[in-house]
Amino acid sequence: MTAIPMEHGLLLAAVLFMLGLIGLLVRRNIIFMLLSIEVMLNAAGLAFVVAGARWAQAEGQIMFMFILAMAAAEVAVGLALVLLMYRKFKTLDSDQVSRMRG
Amino acid sequence: MILVWLIVIPMAAGLLAWIFGKSSNLFARWISVLGIGIDLVISIWLWIQHFAGVDPSRTESWLVQIKASWIPDLGITFHLAIDGISLLLIILTALLGLISVIISWTEIQRRVAFFHFNIMWILAGILGVFMAMDLFLFYFFWEMMLIPMYFLIGIWGHANRRYAAIKFFIFTQASGLLMLLSILGLYFIHHSQTGVYTYNYFDLLGTSLGGASRFLMLGFFVAFAVKLPAFPFHPWLADAHTEAPTAGSVILAGLLLKTGAYGIIRFVLPLFPEASMEIATLAMILGVISIIYGAILAFAQTDLKRLIAYTSVSHMGFVLLALFAFNEQATQGAIMQMICHGLSTGALFILVGRMQELMHTRDMDRMGGMWQNVPRMSGVAMFFALASLGLPGMGNFVGEFLILIGSFQANKVITIIAASGLVFAAIYSLWIIQRVFHGEQREEWKIPDLRARFIGVFAVMIIILVVLGLYPRPVIDTAKPSIDTMQKNMEANMQIDLESSGTANLSSDDWMIGVESERD
Amino acid sequence: MLSLLWLVPAIPYFSFAILAVFGKRMPKSVSGLLGVGSVGISAVISVLIGIQFISSPPEGDLFLQRLWTWIGVGNFQPEIAFHLDALSLLMMLVVTIVGFLIHLYSWEFMEDDEGFSRFFAYMNLFVGSMLTLVLANNLVLLYLGWEGVGLCSYLLIGFWYKDSYNGAAARKAFITTRVGDTAMAIGLFLLFWNLGSLDIQEVMSSASMQWGTGSGIALAVALLLLGGAVGKSAQLPLQVWLPDAMAGPSPVSALIHAATMVTAGVYLIARTHVIFDLAPIAQAAVAIVGAATLLIAGFSALKQHDIKRVLAYSTISQIGYMFLALGVGAYSAAMFHFMTHAFFKALLFLGAGALIMCLHHEHNMFKMGGMRKQLPLTFWTFLIGSGALAAVPLITAGFYSKDLILWRAWTSDSGSPILWLAGIVGAFITAVYTFRMVFVTFFGESKMQADRKPGVRISVPLVALAILALIGGFIEMPHTLGHFAPFSKFMHSVLPEVHAGQYSISAELLFQIIAVVITLSGILIAYIFYYRKPELSANVAKSGIGTVLGRFFYSGWGFDWLYYTFLVGPFVWIARVNKKDIIDFIYTIIAMICQIFNFIFRQTQTGRVRSYAAGIAFGAIVIIAIVMFT
Repeated sequence: MTAIPMEHGLLLAAVLFMLGLIGLLVRRNIIFMLLSIEVMLNAAGLAFVVAGARWAQAEGQIMFMFILAMAAAEVAVGLALVLLMYRKFKTLDSDQVSRMRG
Repeated sequence: MILVWLIVIPMAAGLLAWIFGKSSNLFARWISVLGIGIDLVISIWLWIQHFAGVDPSRTESWLVQIKASWIPDLGITFHLAIDGISLLLIILTALLGLISVIISWTEIQRRVAFFHFNIMWILAGILGVFMAMDLFLFYFFWEMMLIPMYFLIGIWGHANRRYAAIKFFIFTQASGLLMLLSILGLYFIHHSQTGVYTYNYFDLLGTSLGGASRFLMLGFFVAFAVKLPAFPFHPWLADAHTEAPTAGSVILAGLLLKTGAYGIIRFVLPLFPEASMEIATLAMILGVISIIYGAILAFAQTDLKRLIAYTSVSHMGFVLLALFAFNEQATQGAIMQMICHGLSTGALFILVGRMQELMHTRDMDRMGGMWQNVPRMSGVAMFFALASLGLPGMGNFVGEFLILIGSFQANKVITIIAASGLVFAAIYSLWIIQRVFHGEQREEWKIPDLRARFIGVFAVMIIILVVLGLYPRPVIDTAKPSIDTMQKNMEANMQIDLESSGTANLSSDDWMIGVESERD
Repeated sequence: MLSLLWLVPAIPYFSFAILAVFGKRMPKSVSGLLGVGSVGISAVISVLIGIQFISSPPEGDLFLQRLWTWIGVGNFQPEIAFHLDALSLLMMLVVTIVGFLIHLYSWEFMEDDEGFSRFFAYMNLFVGSMLTLVLANNLVLLYLGWEGVGLCSYLLIGFWYKDSYNGAAARKAFITTRVGDTAMAIGLFLLFWNLGSLDIQEVMSSASMQWGTGSGIALAVALLLLGGAVGKSAQLPLQVWLPDAMAGPSPVSALIHAATMVTAGVYLIARTHVIFDLAPIAQAAVAIVGAATLLIAGFSALKQHDIKRVLAYSTISQIGYMFLALGVGAYSAAMFHFMTHAFFKALLFLGAGALIMCLHHEHNMFKMGGMRKQLPLTFWTFLIGSGALAAVPLITAGFYSKDLILWRAWTSDSGSPILWLAGIVGAFITAVYTFRMVFVTFFGESKMQADRKPGVRISVPLVALAILALIGGFIEMPHTLGHFAPFSKFMHSVLPEVHAGQYSISAELLFQIIAVVITLSGILIAYIFYYRKPELSANVAKSGIGTVLGRFFYSGWGFDWLYYTFLVGPFVWIARVNKKDIIDFIYTIIAMICQIFNFIFRQTQTGRVRSYAAGIAFGAIVIIAIVMFT
């Protein structure tokens, strides 16, 4: 099995991360923003895995497990918040919910 | 151990008052009276033990001390000690503390338990400040008296209380941080010289600081000048005093301001003798400006309480003037002035507080001719107004006269200008009498005159002021050993300066002798 | 007997304390008895002490009673101690005896006043303070008495506090004198700094040893003490308070603002005469102040219509004579005039008070008239007082004392013809305004009806003082009348004799004749202008220059205006402008700057999640860029 060069893997991670970031910044729907965050998290996880594979270390995959767990927690909390937000404001538009404006 | 009790009793009384006061207001009040009353008894007992019948020519200045390790790794000790000056201020604290609890009996009706908790903890903090001989501990107490005071003003104050409380807090906190910086500077410089980390006052005394001393001194000086308050650090005072509840004003004017003066006596002068001498003229000028500027501001006010607040600026200006004159008369005068100002201004605040409680206004434009309604109150007010204008026969005169006669020897021009403060004091004091008690009645007021509770409080204050005015020896003799020691150190320092050989630092040795002979 | 000295001031103080605390609950008879009785006992003790002091003088002609050390700090050791010598004995006797008579008078005068016991409390406090002042053995204790009498003056001027005019007059008195007091206090600091003591005897002896005649320090101290003296004694330039002080009850004016307190300045200078002897310039200043004041006040008295204001200006003027005498070194002459003045001026004020009381509180003498018939006793005693004030020759005390001053004003080594001239012009004016007052008030038609007659307690002091005003001068007769002078002999145990050349008796006689002629012509002019032909005075007053001068004199030479415009006005203006405290404003600006930053930074808090995310992303990029490119 020919090894995929690390650069490719990292490039993929970077592209994924940028996609996520752009998605986060341009979408106003809060669910899509959460999805974008998931993409970014996975991009980060991919980078860890690639790096772990490059140096043949287990830490990369361990970190990915962490990220996975964290993402699960984040989605759980995030979705709960989304539900509450929808119930309270009757909207999923994040810009509408700007009560914290200084 | 007795010193610890002095602090712990009010703290415990505060906690008990808070816990048990929830069921009954009376409980909170009585616990507080009891707590601070015990303190008063202890402190007077200490005074009798050490001064009544003791040869006044003795030189030993430290009376009681207690030292325990607290955080040894950082060189922090729990070290309390008192000398004559602290003892006088402790008695004053206990007395005014007791008075402030008594006069709040009917004024405070909201959250009574928590109120007494705050009062007791402020008092404990002040007592700690007057006793702490470890700079870290000192800073701890310094902050400890600040926070309950903030609540006192912020919760039980008058209309503009939040503004006043925040202003008070920011001024004192900012200046306190400067002091903390200086303390740390002192701590590290001492370490770099001796290899010992210590916050102990007596150890730090001998530190030769070189060029840094000027900045370190300024850190302390500014903190104390804000508390004092000296021009131009005075703006917090008027708002805080005016908005605070009566007990708060009494404690602020009578005690908190004194911590500033005490700090200068205890820390600025002994720790930084050369630097203090360098700024002596500047400090005296600030003192004079405070005297005159405070008096002019006082005269302009129409809010009675604010007027009295500004007179404190004027009176404490005399203290600042005196402390930097570096001679015995002036320093004794400063101590005397501190005590008598605490009593006379405190009493005036009590009167205003009572009037506000009954009349719901402090506006002098609405008063006038009160003598007809409340002759007793007016007579008492007259007495304290006269005391605050420095009428001979009352303690304030002894203080001011000693200050002026002492500082005249240090700087003539400044003292002559300061003496004009006597005229200004007459102007604002008589203005109070005229606007409030004499003249035509501008509005019909039907308020009850003073009753037993207040008459008792005022009688005690009047008697003390008159006795001190005619026989001030008790105070003078009590403060004398400490002032002599101070004086000797200053002179020794000057000597060293002259010989320009900083190796043998006499001053620290002298202080140490005092410490070693413990009494407790 | 001498050891009872401390009781003399202590008894009035004690009575004050009782009246101040319990006065409200006492019946008037008790508080009156206490107030009058305490001063009476003091007077009796003083007289007994005086008799013993004169009959068997103590060693060194002085008696010192030490009570306790007052303030003891370093070498500053003032005591509470009383010093009795000829000078303080004279003062003590005058204060207690005249004080007692005035207290007795007040008992009736104030009977209907609601503040009866308060009045006696203040009066007793005054007597106590005044006695402390004159008996003090050190300058700090003297200063205590000095301020104490000032306080009582304030309290009593503003006694009828409901009228804010009285309060203003009281404040003016206190603050004006406090200016002088502050100068005096600075003088004390200077003395202490230089000599290391404030004990009067010590200061005097070491000053004469350490300071040369004409030395700068002596001059400075003397001028500062003079500052205190002119404040208390209402001399130029601090004389403005005394006319307004007449707002107080008449007995107060008699006791404080005529007989005793206002002469404290004279006492102070006499007491510290050593310093003034060492500073010829200061001494000349004393004489000039005295001469100028006696003229200015005399002219002002000419135009007043309030009877008490006439007397007030007259008091200023008479104290001017005392200063003149002090200034030429004739100390015992000054003290002699102080004594006779205390008698006749107290008498005049009490007489005026009796008039005012009997005439429904009318002060304007032009509304009185013809009181000779209605109130004969008041008239006769008032006439005696006026005679003494105008120095009617031979039979009145005022003649002897004023004559002595005029004589010394020329003949003393430090005197001069100009000073004498001022004195003689002053004597003429004194005669004119005094008898103007007498003629306007007591002669002519009755314009008012007296609704009561003075009772016993008022009449007795009037008669007693009238007798004193007549015979008080016989203890010091000039050379032309046999030179019977026990008074000055007595005083010379304390005060130096005047330095003067030898003059023949005929020269002295010539001067006396001039003075007598001047006085009598003054009375004659008053008789013509205000009794025979009142239209003459009206014509003069209506003429152009008459109106201007009249207004000028009436206002007391415009000093009030001057002080108001240049001192009071600006002070009040500054105070009002700065009411909010400019320094506070600076801190407010700092707070505002913080708020401006707060406003700016607050804009970044949009509340939108996406902009925060963008911020994070941007920040991350910047940091990464910094890390990579540096």
